[in-house]
Amino acid sequence: MATATFRIWRGTAEKGEFRDYTAEVGEGMVVLDAVHQIQATQAPDLACRWNCKAGKCGSCSAEVNGKPRLMCMTRVSDLPLDVPVIVEPMQAFPPVKDLVTDVSWNYEVKKRIAPFSPRKPDAPDGTWRMAQEDADRVQEFRKCIECFLCQDVCHVLRDHHKHAAFIGPRFLVHVAQLEMHPLDTGDRVAALKNDNGIGYCNITKCCTKVCPEHITITDNAIIPLKERVVDDHYDPVLKLIRLVLRRRG
Amino acid sequence: MDHQTHEHDVIVIGAGGAGLRAAIEASAAGVSVGLVCKSLLGKAHTVMAEGGIAAALANVDDRDNWKVHFADTMRGGQYVNNWRMAQLHAQEAPARVNELEAWGAVFDRTPDGRILQRNFGGHKYPRLAHVGDRTGLELIRTLQDHGIHKGIAVYMERTVVRLLLDAGRVTGALAYDRERGRFTVFKAKAVILACGGVGKAYKITSNSWECTGDGHTLAYDAGAELIDMEFVQFHPTGMIWPPSVRGILVTEGVRGEGGVLRNKDGHRFMFGDIPDSYKPQTAADEEEGFRYVLGDKEARRPPELLTRDHVARCIVREAREGRGSPHGGVFLELQTFAEWFGRRVKGFKAELHWKKKLPSMHHQFKELGGLDITKEPMEVGPTTHYMMGGVRVDSDTQMSRVPGLFACGECAAGINGANRLGGNSLSDLLVLGKLAGEHAARYAKDRPAAGVPADQAEAAARRALEPFDRPAGENPFQVMFDLQDMMQDLVGIVRKEDEMVRALDGLEKLKARAAACHVAGNREYNPGWHTALDLHNLLTVSEGITRAALVRKESRGAQFRDDYPAKNTKEFGRVNTVVWRGPDGSMHIRLEPIPPMPDELKDAIRAEAGGTLPEELR
Repeated sequence: MATATFRIWRGTAEKGEFRDYTAEVGEGMVVLDAVHQIQATQAPDLACRWNCKAGKCGSCSAEVNGKPRLMCMTRVSDLPLDVPVIVEPMQAFPPVKDLVTDVSWNYEVKKRIAPFSPRKPDAPDGTWRMAQEDADRVQEFRKCIECFLCQDVCHVLRDHHKHAAFIGPRFLVHVAQLEMHPLDTGDRVAALKNDNGIGYCNITKCCTKVCPEHITITDNAIIPLKERVVDDHYDPVLKLIRLVLRRRG
Repeated sequence: MDHQTHEHDVIVIGAGGAGLRAAIEASAAGVSVGLVCKSLLGKAHTVMAEGGIAAALANVDDRDNWKVHFADTMRGGQYVNNWRMAQLHAQEAPARVNELEAWGAVFDRTPDGRILQRNFGGHKYPRLAHVGDRTGLELIRTLQDHGIHKGIAVYMERTVVRLLLDAGRVTGALAYDRERGRFTVFKAKAVILACGGVGKAYKITSNSWECTGDGHTLAYDAGAELIDMEFVQFHPTGMIWPPSVRGILVTEGVRGEGGVLRNKDGHRFMFGDIPDSYKPQTAADEEEGFRYVLGDKEARRPPELLTRDHVARCIVREAREGRGSPHGGVFLELQTFAEWFGRRVKGFKAELHWKKKLPSMHHQFKELGGLDITKEPMEVGPTTHYMMGGVRVDSDTQMSRVPGLFACGECAAGINGANRLGGNSLSDLLVLGKLAGEHAARYAKDRPAAGVPADQAEAAARRALEPFDRPAGENPFQVMFDLQDMMQDLVGIVRKEDEMVRALDGLEKLKARAAACHVAGNREYNPGWHTALDLHNLLTVSEGITRAALVRKESRGAQFRDDYPAKNTKEFGRVNTVVWRGPDGSMHIRLEPIPPMPDELKDAIRAEAGGTLPEELR
């Protein structure tokens, strides 16, 4: 059977290094298979997260040859094998060990976003009616598997470390899902501008490019949210009307 | 022992659908709740559920109601289900689905804007509320996003290794965290197990690394009983090629939307083997089956939508008798239906249709198999999918026989009997998860805090560290692989007395090897160590499965005995197998009669069975 070299980051928050491992390469194999093979035979303490191995849970996020990827959806046959395959942890989050990073910040961010609050039910039996076209719009966002690869690639987080001021593409998608939800009555636009730092995003679309679920993050989620912020806070006509209303009031 | 301590009224172990739903309910009752997850929040195995949630909403077919759902569930389970659980489940499921919508879930819609429902195996009417083929993700994310605002304390990446008991009552649990390998003692007045399944006991499985029978084993070690352990569901359609994806699930939704099974000769073999109990409900020909898929109320369902146990056995038979696909399975294709449909509907675009109906299947095959399911047939074969057996609990409270210990979801048993219908697990975990949360909270409110004996936690922690203490020994991964190979070969879909006796012998040897494992490195995020600890659970459930399968000398539902290929209702049609841990530490087993069913429920079954009661209920 053919073999390939996998150059895997081993280490903790304090120190680490790349180490080379040889793995057998079989038909249809993905990078996560290689990591498992190495774990089972050569390095039982090699740390990596995974669950479903089918691109549905978003656990095995890492960087393969410098690109943010799900290891379970990266086929080895699509990579050049005459050079080592480089596997390292996501760079936008603090390292824990080997391929595992501390993603707890993401969970804290989500808690700060105002939850779903539905309008009154449409029917006497307490249920709602919504058209499939309206469902479609948010179903795209609700496909998100929270792999945080979009957060990893976003330069605002990765290079500028604005974790305190900017919620990142994942949670802009989350806000978009809530704001465009056919039943939701909440208003998160002021929070987008003031607390969520939507202005930091300068639409480089890297997040869209790495999304394993192919969510058009920038065009369908972030830009419409930016437009809402502009409409609510920067529209000169509205500003004038508000000023007049305030004087009258 | 160096450790942290956290105290709550109720501790929920497991954060899939059942655990999350239980935690939300307990929290709503006003008690303090801790939720302990083996992985990160939102990554549990529920995320893999594809097809939908079964609930008699009657949005698509107004003839549906809870009685039909109940009768379908009992027929699917071959009447050894806990009828009270099946009743509660069928009655409450619609309310639990509507509640998800109130919490933000966005299901696919009917033309008049209500929740859309699809066909599934063993369900008489289109009953599964769904979101394309990623319903599990929708369910877990909805519960997660709702739950994080309810004051529940979430402990991620912590694995519980032992329940702690005070004077026979469960009062806590000992866990380690993956990140640092430190121990945590959870103190609680009530503990809910929602730890999921046991799929990792087998080589070919749709289950993730987490599904190692933790809940089953924690309960068993604490003195609870396990029932129905012989009933392991092998889902008929897992991916089989390429090798690295073997076992990954191909949703039943593919067949629900018109997918057809064929052998290598192109023969649609399911029409040739329809059990008598399902003949009145099954289509006579291809045309009728397809009309059913399209919602024709006069039509009956295609034979591909027979129950999972039966379809899986038919696939195994085709492959064994030399009519299988190149890699030992059969073909599942969408093209026949698409052509038929295309002839009736002008402008039908097959590719768009399948991408909308089965987006994640399309993605999965494209990315992992290099195959376009809208144009080519898939190769599929059975994969270990779901555990019908588990912790025996009271049907109205979900409490086990150990005071303070509750269980729900896949690790609890009763509702599914000998075979679970697709779609019933998501509704089960909502309905019975809620029940567990409610009653655990009530139980906790009535009781003062109990202590956790320090010596128990101390001893369990010491045992957990033993693999490091041994200077040398076997790699725990190798022991796990050998166990998986053995269970697959000897206690799989087709079972025989002599093979299972050999398996029991093999289990003893594997136990000795597991007890002598050595783990290198330190306690920080060390998968070798985690596997060494999971082995105890895998071995315990494997023994339970094997012993129960030996005792049930008949074929029923998911249990197929080559040496007893027929049902033996006289001896086994009215009993459950029960295993428990004796005082000497060895596994005991007995058969226990199922309590008689009330007349009202018998009437519901009779109405759906052509006026006569099945033998099991007579």
